Parts: sequence; structure tokens; C-alpha cells
Amino acid sequence: MEIKVMHQVMEWNEDVSDAVKAELASHNVCLINVLGSPGAGKTSTIISLIDRLRDKYRIGVIEGDIAGQIDADTIHALGIPVVQLDTDGACHIEAMSIQLLLKEFDLANLDVIFVENIGNLVCPAEFNIGESFRLALLSIPEGDDKVEKYPLMFATSHALAMNKYDLKEYFGFDDERVERSARGINPEIQIFRVSSRDGLGLDELTGWISRRIDDTIAKS
Amino acid sequence: MHELAITESILNIAKKAAAEHGVTRVKEIRIKLGEYSGIMTQCVQYYFDVISRGTVAEGAVLKMERLPIIMRCNQCSWEGVIDKHHIQCPACSSVSLKLLQGREFYVESLEVDQE
Repeated sequence: MEIKVMHQVMEWNEDVSDAVKAELASHNVCLINVLGSPGAGKTSTIISLIDRLRDKYRIGVIEGDIAGQIDADTIHALGIPVVQLDTDGACHIEAMSIQLLLKEFDLANLDVIFVENIGNLVCPAEFNIGESFRLALLSIPEGDDKVEKYPLMFATSHALAMNKYDLKEYFGFDDERVERSARGINPEIQIFRVSSRDGLGLDELTGWISRRIDDTIAKS
Repeated sequence: MHELAITESILNIAKKAAAEHGVTRVKEIRIKLGEYSGIMTQCVQYYFDVISRGTVAEGAVLKMERLPIIMRCNQCSWEGVIDKHHIQCPACSSVSLKLLQGREFYVESLEVDQE
């Protein structure tokens, strides 16, 4: 015989993600989920954004890594509170991990938390972690076909930054193709062309992020 | 790799429902999965075969039904199935569309033996 169940498979993660969101809202904190491949420039972009945002906001960082804490040490050197999340081989961050790590921060004295997700264009897209919004990075050397190959990542992100844009000519990278395919799967997505090395486009990206943070904090 | 966490969730849902209904054996688990989901269904079955050993759901077959992406156009109100790589209204070419179906992922029902 048949038993009706009607139970969400991802409920264990969604419930915790909602709880994280509520906790952050109660402290007026905006959580930003930063996604992209290994080597896309997640850490260096976060550092560039911290430089531009730290006068206005009190910032913390959660560094997701499969192993080691090279990135956390780099952020710590800036005098920014940082917690390392070592997933011990897992391919993504779950909301439960964020919930546990929030205890490590003094949320009353923070406005923004950047979460550097695991370098991977597939799995992290499936897991909400209580974020206010998602920023996806795609670096020029990865190739201009990645949005088409990994649609969920770019369909669920609020902004896409094409990083290392200064290398565009060397790689024959068709940024129009990326923009077309990203808007095709996600008409609302904001698209930026940046280089965290020479600062290109970072003012525009910072401006947009700053507006999103203000919107989030004002709402809570 | 996140398929393992998902498979554990499916097994837990089946075990809980089985306990609530005095089920002696779960033979089939029917799952609905939106076309947007990146889950490898074959992989989930492999994991399930391993982690369900010794449980009420040992040997159960996971039947995954894919639900197509359905959207409604915010401009002309057209509604229908959309290819996930090309999100545009076929009627008026607008790219402002609202997702109605395609991100689902739930256990719909179990086929079981009862006491």
C-alpha cells in the first residue's frame, strides 16, 4: 500500500537557514555568501571589498575551506574577526555550520559577515546558509562557458563578478556571452567586470554591495 | 558529493514515516525533483543502497520524477514550460519571468508493507 509523505528533502537545511536569517536580523547583520571556483579570487576579492567597506561597516568573515587555514590567516592579519570553517573534505557549507559559527562572533558589534564558500560551482548552490544575498565570482581564465555549464550557481546568485578582467585579452574571453547566458537564466542578476588586483570595477561592485547591505540592515 | 547528505535526509524521512505507520518494509520511495536541481539521481540510489542496510527501507527503490520548469511571464502572463538554459517568454520575448515550478525536492509517498 501507499503512504503519503509530502516531506521536503532539504528541510533540515532550509529550517536552519531560516533560523540563521532570523538570528542575523535580530542583530542587524547582513550575511553575504561568496561563491566561485578554486582560484576565482574569492579571498582576494573579499579583502578588496573589506578595504573599501570597513570605514562604513563592522565586518566579520567566515572562511570555508576543505582543509587548512591559509585564507583565515590572511584575513586575520587585516584585524578583521575571522572564523575558519574546515569542512574536512565536504564540498559545500551547510546552514548548520554557520549557525554554530555565529556563536564565535560578537554579533552586536557587527554589520556584515562575508562567508567564503567552498571553491566549487556545483554543490554550494544547493544550500542556503541564511544569506541576505549571493555574490558569484567567475574569473577570466575559467572560460566564458561556465554559466552555461553550471546554471544553478548563476541562477541563484544576485550578482556575478567577472574577476581578473585585466586578463580578458589573453584568454579570448567573451564577456558578452557570459552576460547573455547569465541574464538568460537569471534576468535580475547584476553583472560586474572587476579586477581585484588593479582595482578595476571594484567601486561599482562596492557601491552595489553597500546598497544591498543598507537595504538588509534597514529592513531588520 | 553532497548527494550523501541528501540521501541521509531521504532515508530519515522514510524511516520516520515508516515508524509512524507501523510499516514493516519500505519497497519504494517516490520523490519529486524540479528540473533546476543539480542532484545526480543515480548517485543517490547507490548511496541509499549502502546506508539503508539493516533498516526498514533496505532494498527500496527510489523513484525520482523530474518536474519541468514552469514560469509565468510578468509582461504578457504567458505560462508554460521553459528550458533552463534559455529563460525567455516564447510569446513576447520578455526576460522577466516568475518561477512557478522547478525547484521542488520532496518525498511524495512510500510504497510499503504494513503489519
